[in-house]
Amino acid sequence: MNFVLFILFVIGGNAHTQIQTRPTRIISLIPAVTEMLFAVGAGPQVVAVSSFDRYPPDVAKLQRVGALLDPDVERILALRPDLVVVYASQSDLRTQLDRAKIPIYVYRHAGLADVTTTLQELGERVGHGQEAGEVRRQIESRIDAVRKRVAGRGRPRTLIVFDREAQALRGIYASGGYGFIHDMIDAAGGEDVFADVKQEAIQATTELILVRRPDVILELRGDPVPADVRTREIAVWQALPAVPAVQNHRVYFIDQQATVVPGPRVGEGVELIARTLHPEAFK
Amino acid sequence: MTVTLGRRFAGTVIGFGLLAAGAIVLAPLIGSTHISLRRAFDRSVPFAQNVDAQIFFIARLPRTLAGALVGSTLASAGVVFQGLLRNPLATPFTLGVSAGAALGAMLAITFSWSFAWAGVSAAAAASFIGSLAAVGIVYALARARHRGLSTNVLLLAGVTMNAFFSALILFVQYFADFSQTYRILRWLMGDLDVSSYQPIVTALPLVVIAFAVFAWLARPLNLLSMGSESASTRGLNVVGAQRAAFLSASLATGAAVSVGGPVGFVGIVVPHLVRLMVGPDHRLVLPASALFGAAFLVACDVLARTVMAPIELPVGVITALIGGPFFLWLLVRKR
Repeated sequence: MNFVLFILFVIGGNAHTQIQTRPTRIISLIPAVTEMLFAVGAGPQVVAVSSFDRYPPDVAKLQRVGALLDPDVERILALRPDLVVVYASQSDLRTQLDRAKIPIYVYRHAGLADVTTTLQELGERVGHGQEAGEVRRQIESRIDAVRKRVAGRGRPRTLIVFDREAQALRGIYASGGYGFIHDMIDAAGGEDVFADVKQEAIQATTELILVRRPDVILELRGDPVPADVRTREIAVWQALPAVPAVQNHRVYFIDQQATVVPGPRVGEGVELIARTLHPEAFK
Repeated sequence: MTVTLGRRFAGTVIGFGLLAAGAIVLAPLIGSTHISLRRAFDRSVPFAQNVDAQIFFIARLPRTLAGALVGSTLASAGVVFQGLLRNPLATPFTLGVSAGAALGAMLAITFSWSFAWAGVSAAAAASFIGSLAAVGIVYALARARHRGLSTNVLLLAGVTMNAFFSALILFVQYFADFSQTYRILRWLMGDLDVSSYQPIVTALPLVVIAFAVFAWLARPLNLLSMGSESASTRGLNVVGAQRAAFLSASLATGAAVSVGGPVGFVGIVVPHLVRLMVGPDHRLVLPASALFGAAFLVACDVLARTVMAPIELPVGVITALIGGPFFLWLLVRKR
């Protein structure tokens, strides 16, 4: 009897609070968070996303309300959201939403471990705690599996290039020793050549790259890079023949969003990077 | 009179020449890392294996030469623009050249143009084409209502084009993603890490031609400084001189910007510093500015790549941080 009451009380109470707080008109201004919402099954609750959102394909039919630098406050308010996911630096927008009494979820990019904790926290906030826990376990076990596969193998010194000028080794943006991409390299069995620079991204000069001697150069892009462009861009690195990665033909392009979006696909991203760094481990 | 000028000219060129030569010789020896010169020049080690040689010949030497080329071009173009517009506040970028160049580079980066032309990347080529467009528009406007070249219209058209191109840049920026926006921002601050000699070699012919015109312009600019009427009574073809000054300085600036981005402050600080040292005669100011500009930018670039190593500061930040206060100090001290 007590047991039955307990069940009724707790489950009933739980359901009650869920009905009160579970948001049904969510706006996400951050593509990584949009992916998380869809991954935990909160997709149908999302009414609008940022202008940069492309994944999952379901976002194509959703409304766009600007992005990090140009959120369209008027449209956001007109959509009558009951939860808006904003980036920590969007202080003007946060003030305006506060004034309109619209609940917000404040997000900021951090390390790889934060991706899954954010996913869990966000899942609970939108009433999908259980699914979030499930997705979290999947991601973490996928990353753990990769860690195990590459354990004990050499850790190639890896240079991650986010972006640079086309057809030239100029304006090279590389991953520094902080942030989720740095953590992904670590999980995938590589050693970031700029691990000592505690910034998310640095502008790397040719001198710095010659000195750091990366064994592997990985160019990560969020957009598709056609095969001919890829070949041409890899050839550009021939200008630095002393770099081991160039000598040993270990310059690669990975043009998958999974490697550059800190969302639920990070497990896939880690595996993609690991397959490139340690192809022999995946035979 | 001419004997004194000849002697002063020789003294100026030798003095500033030594300064520039010293900067260019010393700069490749300094960097964020230590390299062994003996090993860098050791021919018995194959170049492909010789890291020291590659740091010296691929990383440091090209950027030192790029700094010298860009610095001397911007400094002497600054002198020419100040003389042409008879305005001490004129810079190589006053008449819209840099804004046009920035728009070109912005388009190339935003829409990921990946063609390379004669070893010059899309962003560099597009920035040069952008500067040509800006120069063409300003020139056409300044000629439209006058048979000659109105410096007032030139100035107003240039300033307006700057604002207009800046607006276009902000508009195009809406199509760019974050990393591209960030790259454009860095491009605007100037970057001399050219990583090959090709951009320098491609820009060189234009700069050499412009410098030849500058050499001829020294006397006309002296006459123009007294006003165009008094210059024409002394037998100067005012319109011809103005046209030559505008086109040569603009094209040289466009070429320099395509190599190193719109590095600020060089074109205004160096000419004024030089004038404080050698006086207002363009026959001395022009060569001295060209040489001092090279030394100044090469030295600023050494600071940019060593002060916070391994992180590198944009060279434009250094030129402004050093050039600005130093210039103000000289101004105050002179009084």
